[in-house]
Amino acid sequence: MAESRAARLLLGLGALATLAFIYGPLIVIGLYAFNANVTQGWPIDDFSTKWFRVAWEDEAVRHALWASVQAALGATAVALVLGTLASLAVARYQFFGRETISFVVILPIALPGIITGLALQATFQDVGISFGLLTIIIGHATFCIVVAYNNVVARLRRTAGSIEEASADLGADTWQTFRYITFPQLRSALLAGSLLAFALSFDEVIVTIFTSGAQQTLPIWIFANLARPAELPTVNVVALFLIVVSIVPVYLATRLSREATGVPGGRR
Amino acid sequence: MGRRLSGFLFRHPRVRLGALLAAPLGWLVVVYLGSLFVLLLAAFWQTDEFTSEIVHTFTLDNFRTLFERDVYREVAWRTISMAALVTLADAVLAFPIAFYMARVASPRVRSLLVVAVVMPLWASYLVKAYAWRTMLATGGVLDWLLGPLGLSGPGYSMVGLWLVFTYLWLPFMILPLYVGLERIPESVFEASADLGARSFRTFSRIVLPLALPALVAGSIFTFSLTLGDYIAPGLITSEQFIGTVIYSIRGQALPLAAAYTFVPIAVMVVYLLLARRLGAFESL
Repeated sequence: MAESRAARLLLGLGALATLAFIYGPLIVIGLYAFNANVTQGWPIDDFSTKWFRVAWEDEAVRHALWASVQAALGATAVALVLGTLASLAVARYQFFGRETISFVVILPIALPGIITGLALQATFQDVGISFGLLTIIIGHATFCIVVAYNNVVARLRRTAGSIEEASADLGADTWQTFRYITFPQLRSALLAGSLLAFALSFDEVIVTIFTSGAQQTLPIWIFANLARPAELPTVNVVALFLIVVSIVPVYLATRLSREATGVPGGRR
Repeated sequence: MGRRLSGFLFRHPRVRLGALLAAPLGWLVVVYLGSLFVLLLAAFWQTDEFTSEIVHTFTLDNFRTLFERDVYREVAWRTISMAALVTLADAVLAFPIAFYMARVASPRVRSLLVVAVVMPLWASYLVKAYAWRTMLATGGVLDWLLGPLGLSGPGYSMVGLWLVFTYLWLPFMILPLYVGLERIPESVFEASADLGARSFRTFSRIVLPLALPALVAGSIFTFSLTLGDYIAPGLITSEQFIGTVIYSIRGQALPLAAAYTFVPIAVMVVYLLLARRLGAFESL
């Protein structure tokens, strides 16, 4: 290493400070979930787990949770199928416009979320689809495709297409090759992609506000209750829950595949 | 049947390709590009002043309004300046940790740090913004931290919002920068040291120019995400930004809101073109 010891020490301290900056607010909101008081003062002088019970028994929170789970599962399923199909085409074929496909896949997440949201809202209104779970899923699936696509395409690039040709030479038909050769190679990439897509969909709010109508998801419920001081203790619990539910799948996904650490682009 | 279809697909690779692409392309073109088209087209329609209904007659009035009314220009300028300041702050903050990850940390620590930076990137955006709203409150965590130094937190101000944006998009800057720094060959550092350059000189003459494409790649995210945001500004300040204006006028004046989306889109197109010139796309 060319860096002097002093420089390395300073860099280490800088890295630590940045980590503290990144995790500090997440830890603070985690602590607030255990705040016994309704007022959000600091430091917290009385701890309690009672708000977890309150949150669990809240009908609106339960409905929102169930809607979030359904939306995330639906969006993940659609995104996984579409993303995998697109990645197979891009990684295994040469064709005109191949580069454009990567671009179009990334676009929904690269453009500011307000544009995606407003565009979908205007279109659903024009076409006459009523807002609800279905429109939430359509919106989420659109920007989750890139996550599945990126994971699978990276895996396909690292595995040789010649194995699939060998399989065909040995007499396997298209389905058999997919079932016995392609799919087993993709399995962990598919799992990592679905975990990330789930995490992305589960806490999405910027596009969801435009596509949800009266249907509340958990983030929408938080957004709607931020202005109500009496609800803030419950909001804190739901916020902690959202952090955990989005971080755990991402942690698992990074363990599953190296590709999963890729920057997802602006999801907002 | 399955067998015959399989054989047919095997003999016709173009059909196979078409079958693979039909669904994903169909979805993205119809649902996404179609929606974008509907939105951009709406920018050329009119809103009836009495009924608030959209009148489908072509007009450039929306763009004229945006150009002529000072408030829209001020808001656009405020948003773009904020995006620039946030990008600058993120670039400065990201450098030490990215450099540490790329060149100082052991492989084990490095992979731990990558995960540590990636995880919060996926954590709920809304929760992070809300956490800052709580922390910036009078008598909140920030006042408590700065109190012993005789200072108080920035509160719900533009400075507070700047801090929040910087926080929200920091991981988007760290990751490309880390990748970019890791790619610089060790020998370049040694050569610089052999030629007598000290740390600072090596940094300004060697590291910074070589890391520029990665910095620009990260700045695409920090810039674009700030440009379109409408939730954090509403939670932290009462100032208007492009996003908050689009959000609040979309109900009564969708065409005007649609026209206003041209501003962030145009800014990002120019930004992306510049970024490509600087070689940022190879660093993504």
